[in-house]
Amino acid sequence: MAQIKLSNLRHSYFPTPKSPEDYALKEIDVTWRDGGAYALLGPSGCGKSTLLNIISGLLMPSEGQILFDGQDVTALPPDQRNIAQVFQFPVIYDTMTVGENLAFPLKNRGVDAATIKRRVDEIAEMLDVTDMLRTKASGLSPDNKQKISMGRGLVRDDVNAVMFDEPLTVIDPHLKWKLRSKLKELHQRVKATMIYVTHDQTEALTFADEVVVMQEGEVVQIGTPVELFERPQHTFVGHFIGSPGMNVLPCEAKGDRAIFEGHDVMLEGPTTGAGGRTDLGIRPEYVGFGNTGIPAHVTKVSDIGRHYVVSAMVGNTALKAVTEHNVPEPGSQIFLQFKPEQSRVYRDGWIATEERA
Amino acid sequence: MRTENQKAWFFVLPVLALVAFNALIPMMTVVNYSVQETFGNNQFFWEGLGWFEQILRSDRFQAALGRQFLFTALILMIEVPLGIIVALSMPRKGFWVPVCLVLMALPMLIPWNVVGSMWNIFTLPQIGLLGYFLNDVLGINYDMTQQPISAWITVVVMDVWHWTSLVVLLCYAGLVSIPDAYYQAAKIDGASPWSVFRYIQLPKMKTVLTIAVLLRFMDSFNIYTEPFVLTGGGPGNSTTLLSIDLVKIALGQFDLGPAAAMSLIYFAITLLVSWVFYTLMTKDDAP
Repeated sequence: MAQIKLSNLRHSYFPTPKSPEDYALKEIDVTWRDGGAYALLGPSGCGKSTLLNIISGLLMPSEGQILFDGQDVTALPPDQRNIAQVFQFPVIYDTMTVGENLAFPLKNRGVDAATIKRRVDEIAEMLDVTDMLRTKASGLSPDNKQKISMGRGLVRDDVNAVMFDEPLTVIDPHLKWKLRSKLKELHQRVKATMIYVTHDQTEALTFADEVVVMQEGEVVQIGTPVELFERPQHTFVGHFIGSPGMNVLPCEAKGDRAIFEGHDVMLEGPTTGAGGRTDLGIRPEYVGFGNTGIPAHVTKVSDIGRHYVVSAMVGNTALKAVTEHNVPEPGSQIFLQFKPEQSRVYRDGWIATEERA
Repeated sequence: MRTENQKAWFFVLPVLALVAFNALIPMMTVVNYSVQETFGNNQFFWEGLGWFEQILRSDRFQAALGRQFLFTALILMIEVPLGIIVALSMPRKGFWVPVCLVLMALPMLIPWNVVGSMWNIFTLPQIGLLGYFLNDVLGINYDMTQQPISAWITVVVMDVWHWTSLVVLLCYAGLVSIPDAYYQAAKIDGASPWSVFRYIQLPKMKTVLTIAVLLRFMDSFNIYTEPFVLTGGGPGNSTTLLSIDLVKIALGQFDLGPAAAMSLIYFAITLLVSWVFYTLMTKDDAP
């Protein structure tokens, strides 16, 4: 178990990167505390798997360092870093039994037979696979296979970190939930630092204490699930997290208000910076209805079970609002009220309002 | 009583007809010959299983069968490990992949009798490049037209040259289908290169390797053209493999009865060994 620190990390798949676009991973500086549960969240191709492979040692970064408990491991191969990795597709050794699969990493490290047996039994009990220890691993269902590959990572008691690379991709939906809670339970029991890569916000937000949101090789925000939801640092985070995502509406910034389609909108605080493209960001959850406010025309109302999503047009701009009752009729005229402490201006994508103390 | 829909048989009929014409009917004529004695003017006399008994008891057949098994065993023992090693050392990505694949496929594209002629000219003691080099440069006494050992080495090397590629290509196909994650997981699990081979590569190659061994067994067990062109079965009878002997009996001596009996025995052995091997290799595959 270890604290993991990434210091000025950059990576390019080209031997001599010229422009910033050549980097699959742009400047990353982050510290993960020992025993924490973290998620790397982002769309496909955002560099999260690259980052994971760099941490596990399957890939050498072009620049920067990786430190485990202050010790530089950048040049160490994977087996000397004491990390475990679970891949998208379950990796199991077909010719071995479940028990032999679990024992394999220990055997390779020359652990004595008694310890191997004790550890394998322990892990098998944790994963609820004790009754299949003697069966051949090749015939298992995907979710059990994935459990076994998880088990192979956890069986070593010296693991610094366990990494998960979209481990639930091939698992049936109804088993995903089960396996996810198993993972959470395992994290509490083994207390290893866990890093979970996914493009699914539900998986990331339910698993992690802290989520790293990535886009195009860049970390756009690191924060707890609540922080990501309440105060996105970037329109991408606002849009990627939440369902439906944050409304991003073109506007003009003026002091502590935004001019949106000719209407004044109070912001959480004064705007900062100048120039660039400005957008007003507000989550659908914070768009309310009233007798006064910004006039809008309702185009569509979708019932999504827990609540209704109201699509409306203000001038030529479409936006969404979420409501549980007082559902307006499609085609009707309504007035929208934006919650000031949840209204922010984003300049070229990045947040540009100060939080009011 | 439940009546089954019998229409399906109509759909099987064309295949049945095809198989009948290209396999069953010709084979029945062989069966017909194998139980009768025949003379020139279409006279047939019933022999029963006499020819079979005669063939199985004959020293000549037993010797040819022994040579045949020795030849097949030798080439399998060389071609399978060699094929695996070559496949493992071939690049998995990049510019050299197509180059290697084409180079590998080349020997297999050459017609069998051409291979035989090539190796014949190549190894002739005085005029062949290899024959000359071995005898006059290295001073090794090598003459595949006179010495049984030299002839055997030449026949085996020729087959290895011609057919190892098949094993290589099949194994290579098995190897490239292994996802990278397996190698990465093995690295993380601290597996040695031998473990990677034993627990990842070999199991993933098992299916294609089974096919490769099966094909090489059948082809080498039935081999005719190459050794016939190279050595003609000689010197003496030293490289007279089963098929060469069979042709001698059937077309040289025109002993159609014994030749037919021998073909059936030959066929039965090939079929039996293939079946036993395939059954053994696939018995664990059932889920």
